[in-house]
Amino acid sequence: MLTLRYLPHHEIEKLDSSQRIKKILEIVKKDNIVLLEGRLKDEEEAELISETMKSITNKFKGIEIASIESQSEMSFFQNLMLKTFMKNRSGMTIIGPASVIKEIKKDPKKIELLTKESKRKK
Amino acid sequence: MLAFLKKFINKVFRDLFRGRKELKIGLYGPPNAGKSTLANLISKDWLGEEMSTVSNILHETREINIQEKINIEKDGKKLTFSLVDTPGIATKIDYEDFMKKGMNKTQAKKRAKEATKGVVDAIRWLDDMDVVVVVLDSTEDPYSQVNITIIGNLEARDIPVLLVANKTDLKRSNVKNIESAFPQYDIVGISAMKGKNIDEFYEALLALAG
Repeated sequence: MLTLRYLPHHEIEKLDSSQRIKKILEIVKKDNIVLLEGRLKDEEEAELISETMKSITNKFKGIEIASIESQSEMSFFQNLMLKTFMKNRSGMTIIGPASVIKEIKKDPKKIELLTKESKRKK
Repeated sequence: MLAFLKKFINKVFRDLFRGRKELKIGLYGPPNAGKSTLANLISKDWLGEEMSTVSNILHETREINIQEKINIEKDGKKLTFSLVDTPGIATKIDYEDFMKKGMNKTQAKKRAKEATKGVVDAIRWLDDMDVVVVVLDSTEDPYSQVNITIIGNLEARDIPVLLVANKTDLKRSNVKNIESAFPQYDIVGISAMKGKNIDEFYEALLALAG
């Protein structure tokens, strides 16, 4: 069974970067897939990868992550307004454990989530 | 506004110190994109010796490798720099993948541990780079979040970037895919293994960092 955990922006907006990353990793390590409203900052994504690497064990093998922008064909001005007023709230980010998600395929308009086949007891 | 000011100060400092210390050019990208093959080609072309070990197994490069005092000279332009070959940046590392390549459990776990440390080191070293060559495998999907994160971080730090689409000698190579994914960059398509289009790469590097 797959569990998706929606994380609205207001749940992380008051947290600093390290607290945000800690919160996301805590959820993912419990084999949940996080649907985050908006995007992490570029520096936060790099930090998330770093912290993921430090957390890898025989059981936790890392994460799969993908984000999409809300609209890809906006003018420079529209983009600027969106970034200024919506900050990192536009678009969506999916973060899940590598033990559950095999691959995330992405193009600018869609995300395909390929999960690993679960082992069934006979 | 604060971000703009931070970028401006970073750029002023970088320009100020560029004349005093040797330029550091980093090779970044996902695992197995051909960073070490390109590093070896550059090092062999200009110093006559290779600098990194290369293999088909993921995470062959697990430590930062530095080759100092590389002098490139082309069409009257000169560039002296230290070349920094970094471990591939990944979001997941599974020791069982190494076992599938013939390693025993102990070797595989050791390699996985070293690989995770390598990724952390590569990210930490980003701040030390003056110019970065992002090496992407042109046979793979360019929209992976690792590629976007690397390029986003370089943009955020205002570090000049050269994007290289490697492995153009392979049938499945698709440089246009990379051009569509990163339209804001000029892409140089090369084959580091065959030395294909390497002159164009050196010209682009000189234009960016020279």
